[in-house]
Amino acid sequence: MIALRRALFGDPLNAALSLLILAVLALTLPSLVDWALLKARFAPDVAACEALERSGACWGVVTEKARFIVLGRYPAEQGWRPALAAGLIAGSWVAAASGWLRGRALIAALTVLPLLALPLLAGGFAGLDAVPTELWGGLPLTLLLTGLGMAGALPLGIAVAYGRRAPLPLLRGLLTAYVELARGIPLVAALFVASFLLPLFFPGDLAPDMLWRVLIAIVLFAAAYLSEIIRGGLQAFPEGQRSAAAALGFSPWQIQRWIVLPQVLRHVAPSLTNSAIALFKDTSLVTIVSLYELTGALGLALSGDAQWRPFYLEAWLFIAAIYWLGCALLARISQRLTQA
Amino acid sequence: MTRFRPGRLAGALAFTTLLATPSAFAGKTLDAIKAKGQLTCGVSTGVIGFSAADSQGQWKGLDVDLCKALAAAVLGNPDKVRWVPLSSQQRFTAIQSGEVDVLSRNTTWSLTRDAALGLHFAGVSYYDGQGFLVPKKLKVTSAKQLKNAEVCVQSGTTTEKNLADYARAQGIKLKPVVFDKFEASLKAFFSGRCQAYTTDASALAFIRSKEAPAPDDYLVLPELISKEPLGPAVRRGDDEWFAIVKWTLNALIEAEELGITQARVDSLKSSPDPAVQRFLGVGEDLGKSLGLDREWAARAIKAVGNYGEIFNRNLGADSPLKLPRGLNAQWNKGGLMYAQPLR
Repeated sequence: MIALRRALFGDPLNAALSLLILAVLALTLPSLVDWALLKARFAPDVAACEALERSGACWGVVTEKARFIVLGRYPAEQGWRPALAAGLIAGSWVAAASGWLRGRALIAALTVLPLLALPLLAGGFAGLDAVPTELWGGLPLTLLLTGLGMAGALPLGIAVAYGRRAPLPLLRGLLTAYVELARGIPLVAALFVASFLLPLFFPGDLAPDMLWRVLIAIVLFAAAYLSEIIRGGLQAFPEGQRSAAAALGFSPWQIQRWIVLPQVLRHVAPSLTNSAIALFKDTSLVTIVSLYELTGALGLALSGDAQWRPFYLEAWLFIAAIYWLGCALLARISQRLTQA
Repeated sequence: MTRFRPGRLAGALAFTTLLATPSAFAGKTLDAIKAKGQLTCGVSTGVIGFSAADSQGQWKGLDVDLCKALAAAVLGNPDKVRWVPLSSQQRFTAIQSGEVDVLSRNTTWSLTRDAALGLHFAGVSYYDGQGFLVPKKLKVTSAKQLKNAEVCVQSGTTTEKNLADYARAQGIKLKPVVFDKFEASLKAFFSGRCQAYTTDASALAFIRSKEAPAPDDYLVLPELISKEPLGPAVRRGDDEWFAIVKWTLNALIEAEELGITQARVDSLKSSPDPAVQRFLGVGEDLGKSLGLDREWAARAIKAVGNYGEIFNRNLGADSPLKLPRGLNAQWNKGGLMYAQPLR
């Protein structure tokens, strides 16, 4: 209590700032609580929501549309599959953030669980109906693109980072060109190329589905950023340790595997997480190539619905909360990784 | 990132796609649809009354019903449709690249779109126009009085260009405030960012009555500043498929004129009227020349009803929009809906 008092009112400046913040809260909080809780309607009843005349929140829109927003266009009667898929990926994040899993088990969970989600969503075996990828959407798709995107981009990023430090000028030049190209275009442009130009390079109908093309674009895009982060970490690595390890008889491969990489990855973990969080939110861009992840599914669910469209704000707050949760989990993973 | 305009890139890519698209598609669309057992229909990502997914994910709307009618005519089942929601920027690329068989997505038929984008418009399913919504406190009763007004408008549509044309033609200065998303442009208008809001007239009345903070504070101006004939489009190079889409649309409109409704399709088969008989495939076989069977039109009406029924259900009296028929009434009731005769 005393510590709190000292922290808030320790000196005149702090006291003034604290009072100001409290005053702002006192002014806004009651009306916010009034709007969001006391006067709010939670039942999916349009008439009741319209009767509020915007004096209270209409959470009924979330109740009514939650399935569509969270699971997208996936066939309704198979809803448990995308729900479970989202649970698998989110579960791996929770496990990582809470510190239950460490080391190899953690890496395995973060890569294997998104991969497990794939056949679950795709179906076509063991009595599960096949569902084309274009119907995947909502939160499972957002998590899948982030999870697989990072799982694919990290090894590629590490490889590119080492490649750019290799003594082969041709390789270095090529990789530098790739990184500069990938960083020099917006993700939207990469997605457009993946969705509309890539199919032209494949004969007939052999082009992979839109989802895979988009995933390839995301992996290539994210890997360029990650490789620069990792290259920065490699450059900052003290030369002395390398020499010491060599003197102890470690082979160059062992030096990288057991001494350099573990330390570098730990040091750059905050930056890597930063990229993961950015990617998590950037997945909303795939809407422009007809993949309806969380944000896109919200648009599909509401923009053409005469009854519920007026309550857009509440629905946006709902998905904002979902995004916030995801980002908070990722941030927590970063803390765990730096501590470990 | 904010300065990047996907529309422009899409346009450029669309052009590239156009050059590279092999002509092997010609005449094959119907065969491909039958082989897949599915019609692929490009719709919007949500436009009230035209195409939108409801809470269960079922598609509803005027444009949607047109695709269902097509599926019923071609495949015998209105539910055999794969829906591909398309943004206004990607819609043309999707039809050109063959991703969708038909684009039924409240798209305005204009010369450049028809001639330069490699499309054929199969007809007009809705005559729209562009109008303005203003707050009453602006004390404006005509669009001509909107001098120096800032107007909220959505990008990637003909709306934006029409606004500039109108301002130039009237010699008034209008400042467009452009938004990529529909809801963003609307919220901006209602929060006072612009003095006026412009979009298709079919949407304005609904926006005023349902989405304005207080409907009585707003006014839809009487002027329509553009013609927006909306209709389905197909890719060039397959005249047979083009004809099927065109005549299915005609059939829906003609059915209303002939008084053939969803409920009466079967009982009317014994009608003495030769036009009705022809339509329902009892008399002459009209389907044959289209590459379909003789009951194609009867199935389409049985699936979704005639144009009048489709209109009422999605846009008219039985819908939340409550739009009057206006220009979309039959030609003999003061409107512009005039089906080429099915004979």
